[in-house]
Amino acid sequence: MLPHIAETTGWVENGPGSRTGLRPLLEVPHHRDLVRFLAIRDLKVRYKQAVFGVAWAVLQPLLGVAVFTIVLNRIAGVAAPGVPYVVFAYVGLAGWAYLSTSVNECAESLVRYSALVTKVYFPRAAAPLASVLPGLADLAVASIALAVLMAVTRTVPGLALLALPLAVLSLVVAALAVGIWLSALNVQFRDVRLVLAFFVQLWLFVSPVVYPANLVHGSWQFVYALNPSVGPLGLLRWSVLSMPLNVAMITESLLVAFALLVGGLYYFQATERRFADVI
Amino acid sequence: MAAVSKRYLLGEDHPGASLRETLAHGVRRLRPGASRPRRDELWSLRDVDLEVARGTSLGIVGRNGAGKSTILRVLSRITEPTSGVSRTRGRVASLLEIGTGFHPELSGRENIYLNGAILGMRRRDIDRRLDEIVQFSGVSRFIDTPIKRYSSGMYLRLAFAVAAHLEPDILLVDEVLAVGDAEFQRKCLDTMASVERSGRTVVFVSHDLGAIASLCATSVWLDGGRIRRQGQTTDVIADYLASATTADGARTFAERAGAPVSLLGITVRDHRGVATTLLSHGQAFSISLRIRLSTESPGLDCAIYLATRAGTRIFDEMWSDRVAGRPVGPGEYEVNAVIPACLNIGDYVVGVWLGTSYETFLDDPAVATLRLEGSTSDRPERLVELPLKWTHHEAGVGTGTIGNIGGG
Repeated sequence: MLPHIAETTGWVENGPGSRTGLRPLLEVPHHRDLVRFLAIRDLKVRYKQAVFGVAWAVLQPLLGVAVFTIVLNRIAGVAAPGVPYVVFAYVGLAGWAYLSTSVNECAESLVRYSALVTKVYFPRAAAPLASVLPGLADLAVASIALAVLMAVTRTVPGLALLALPLAVLSLVVAALAVGIWLSALNVQFRDVRLVLAFFVQLWLFVSPVVYPANLVHGSWQFVYALNPSVGPLGLLRWSVLSMPLNVAMITESLLVAFALLVGGLYYFQATERRFADVI
Repeated sequence: MAAVSKRYLLGEDHPGASLRETLAHGVRRLRPGASRPRRDELWSLRDVDLEVARGTSLGIVGRNGAGKSTILRVLSRITEPTSGVSRTRGRVASLLEIGTGFHPELSGRENIYLNGAILGMRRRDIDRRLDEIVQFSGVSRFIDTPIKRYSSGMYLRLAFAVAAHLEPDILLVDEVLAVGDAEFQRKCLDTMASVERSGRTVVFVSHDLGAIASLCATSVWLDGGRIRRQGQTTDVIADYLASATTADGARTFAERAGAPVSLLGITVRDHRGVATTLLSHGQAFSISLRIRLSTESPGLDCAIYLATRAGTRIFDEMWSDRVAGRPVGPGEYEVNAVIPACLNIGDYVVGVWLGTSYETFLDDPAVATLRLEGSTSDRPERLVELPLKWTHHEAGVGTGTIGNIGGG
């Protein structure tokens, strides 16, 4: 028989708390088509009535590059080791655009579709999961402009380019790790919505987006690498621009992201059964 | 499918609780001797035992707030019960509110896939059913149009087509038939009946007792979250109606000695003329007053006014000199007013005023209470529903012939 029928031939229980346990989370893989359709829907809706459409995916980091090249590179004298600052900043800003957009979308994913949450059952984790996917399309578009930029500045990628999918995956993990907490918290506390913009702005300052992580010295490196964006952005630059890899910092940051994700999933499943009541 | 026992606590954590409240709450609990503040509790369901065999239909009747929708929400796993447990077997599709999960920017086709995916279907399964769904919905010409351009009827037809044709093992239906034309309602009932015949299960919540009677062999009457009666639909409905009609549709008052005018009684009747204060949304009803004039009373006016429970006065209409044949001489009279189907669902209070231009004989703001029942999904925030006369014309075109605004 069909897989989804086979999966539900047993009895499905709905009881207080402990009785259902991890089941809703485990259902998500069976609902992968739902995740896909939700992601496609978000993507379509986002660009449906935008005049420039997908061009924003390129324009956003490009405008950032222009500003930061003047302010940080030319005026403040921040430089990137071994690569033109323009390319360095573009990679950082494209990765950051993905992270910040995805975290924002993720935080709003359940609240925005509260009608759906209160009226229909589906594994709730599908919503935050789907919300970090459309950003990948932007990232793909942005990378086309990156190729042009690299050709112009004669920046040649090395073998590490093969590890690009891994770097992108780490970005997705980091976005989901932060976003899933926010999505669940936002259901109960709309404060999330109020502080999110400010939080993301602060996050930008403590992330190696427009300046290299090697500006951070000594024991501060350990503190700095607690930031889950340090690892993915470092991997991204290592892969695309063959920049040196600070293994200790990147490993630490990735571990933090992973721990955040596991903790977030735990918090999510512990609260999701009450989403419909409190949203 | 068997739903064993479910209790559900509403408002335990009221919506919109802010972080500050939660923190303050936590701090209070940390202080020694501080007791946990009591919250308003609303038991939407209490110790409900219910079993629905595969391939049968169960109807659920009851007043607004009796917990009917909560049963569906627990069954479909939208919300968890506070205690007890429900168990279902098979894929559950719920039609709790028409078009939920539809996105206005997406086309009809895209929405079919999205809804199918929400129900847990795989893409290829939806592919197989697509033609059937489109045909049933009758919107095939517009299937690639964003559904924000659909009329509400098209929206409804598509939503029902999706839910009914995605082969759920259990179909939960909440008050769909309150909207849509008669033709569509019949089509829905036919489809639900065929769902049942094909060995699947239907749980049907409705205020439309006729629809329940024609579709469900057995029914449950919910009252205040508890099962009041369970069994053959005809028996359950008879009991339910009997309880509703005894809800003082008529009240009598003693004559006030010496007063020139007394209100002797008030009767609220539904559209069938049955004395009841439990009225159907979307139907006219009447209020009749029995008044006694002890003296000749020229210039007597009689007003009926209606307010919400919150005190908002919705109308205040007077029966005055303009009407011919009004009583002036001593005697008992019955004054009858028909209120057209313009009120939203909810509880209302009827007030009566009797007097002349110079003096007030009687002014009682709470002579009777009445309740309009119906689907809660239909724009609950509005007070009245008016059949507005709409016209339109293309602006700036032609020689100034404007459509008959307000005409007719």
